[in-house]
Amino acid sequence: MKYMFLICVDGSIKLTEEQRAKAPGDGIAWATEMDGRGLRLDGNGLQPTCDATTVRVRSGEVLLADGPFAETKEHVAGFDLMDCADLDEAIEAAAKHPCAAFGAIEIRPLWQP
Amino acid sequence: MSENVAPMSDAPAFDAPVSDAPEFDAPAFDAAVAEAFRAEWGKVVATLIGLTGDWDLAEECAQDAFAQAVRTWPRDGVPQRPGAWLTTVARNRALDRLRRRASESAKLAEAAVLAAAPTTTAQEISDDRLRLIFTCCHPALPLEAQVALTLRTLAGLTTAEIARAFLVTEPTMAKRLVRAKRKIRNAGIPYRVPPAHLLPERLSGALAVLYLLFNEGYAATAGSELIRRGLCARAIALAGALATLMPGEPEAMALLALMHLHNARRDSRLDASGDLITLEDQDRSRWDQAEIEAAVVLLDAVSGGVSSPGPYLVQAQIAACHATAPAAEKTDWDRIADLYLMLGRLVPSPVIELNRAVAVGMAQGPAAGLVIVDALTTSGALTGYYLLPATRADLQRRLGRNSEAAVSYQQALELAATGAERRYLARRLAEARR
Repeated sequence: MKYMFLICVDGSIKLTEEQRAKAPGDGIAWATEMDGRGLRLDGNGLQPTCDATTVRVRSGEVLLADGPFAETKEHVAGFDLMDCADLDEAIEAAAKHPCAAFGAIEIRPLWQP
Repeated sequence: MSENVAPMSDAPAFDAPVSDAPEFDAPAFDAAVAEAFRAEWGKVVATLIGLTGDWDLAEECAQDAFAQAVRTWPRDGVPQRPGAWLTTVARNRALDRLRRRASESAKLAEAAVLAAAPTTTAQEISDDRLRLIFTCCHPALPLEAQVALTLRTLAGLTTAEIARAFLVTEPTMAKRLVRAKRKIRNAGIPYRVPPAHLLPERLSGALAVLYLLFNEGYAATAGSELIRRGLCARAIALAGALATLMPGEPEAMALLALMHLHNARRDSRLDASGDLITLEDQDRSRWDQAEIEAAVVLLDAVSGGVSSPGPYLVQAQIAACHATAPAAEKTDWDRIADLYLMLGRLVPSPVIELNRAVAVGMAQGPAAGLVIVDALTTSGALTGYYLLPATRADLQRRLGRNSEAAVSYQQALELAATGAERRYLARRLAEARR
């Protein structure tokens, strides 16, 4: 089954110097493991929400807004597209994600017709 | 198959009018169907989910099989193995429905697999039941959905019955069940017994759901007595099934013993006006001695093989201390205090510490109990919980400090939720003020 992992972090949380230094390496190690197990199809980090542009079309008019879809403290900081046997395998993979230790991983099964 | 298995549902006999049936003893057949329903519903549903992977189809076909039993058993007699009969009928029904829907190739393949599946063995039925328990109690489902799904698919309660037991409307409960089944399918919640590394955590989750079910029937303030008794009986039956299916798991057997020890005392819990009777004031002659003895036998069997007891085993041992004491004043409070200490180490909780305070107050005197209660009060962990001031009040009363006790009873009275609790406290308050 295919799942989208939304890597959610709380922007107001201050990481320690050590956490900040370790984060990129931990992320790469996680992706490498998941790639090696054939569980990860794609994935990447995202630029901060201040660089987001949100598009709506209302009455045929294209409306642009600066910033994310929802202004919340927690925002999506990355994604991983996963192919897991079932939810238990997805939960196990998500629990290993370094951001799970201070943020949250939302597991969304992909729509299947 | 050797016994009397009904033909496929479309066969003429299926629609035979009841008036053509030979004379029969209707209540006996109703009882046989009711008994089969209680014993077999969960097995039939579990087997059908195992075969088709379709929860709704499984329930519908189980329902059809029981409806057919109601119609044909009076005419043909109760089959030797009702469970196998019901499973076969339900399976044929599923095959039927899948073939009828088989415009999509995927469903056709499913029907082909089902048609080719060999007769389900007893072992496979057990495996499917375990899978069903663990799937219903999967932690990715909200707890209320786990409970509802367990009652619907394993215990065979109707949506209306579950709604009544949990005081929600039937449409609300129906929505809850639909959502849960949809999530199982869409999110890929596996239909299996969890692998070894997940088992301890998932088993304790499943046990917690069953215990919650039992407590809803035993101690809940809502629902009619009949519904609540039914919930207790279903919870005990499911715990019994789980204990039988997982003989290597002492906590499952311990939970079963714990439920029986509570259940044996249920008739003496409330007085005629529905007021709570404390353990020491309960009429012990009304306790079900046979149920207590059976539970103690279970408990001894489990305790013997366990080096480090789990939380349900310790709770069952505490309940056994109470249930086997010939009189309130002969209760082994020292042992109960020790067991609460042990329980508190396994699952740290201020409520367990409060219970320990009560036991210490009985074993070593009210002053010793009050020390623990005062520490709990200072910690603030149980602020707003009426049993904290109520326990303090009882200890103060026994120390003869009546005016302090009155203040504590008053505090407890302001926090108590149910009428029965409030009436008990008001009575004590009046005594303390005398």
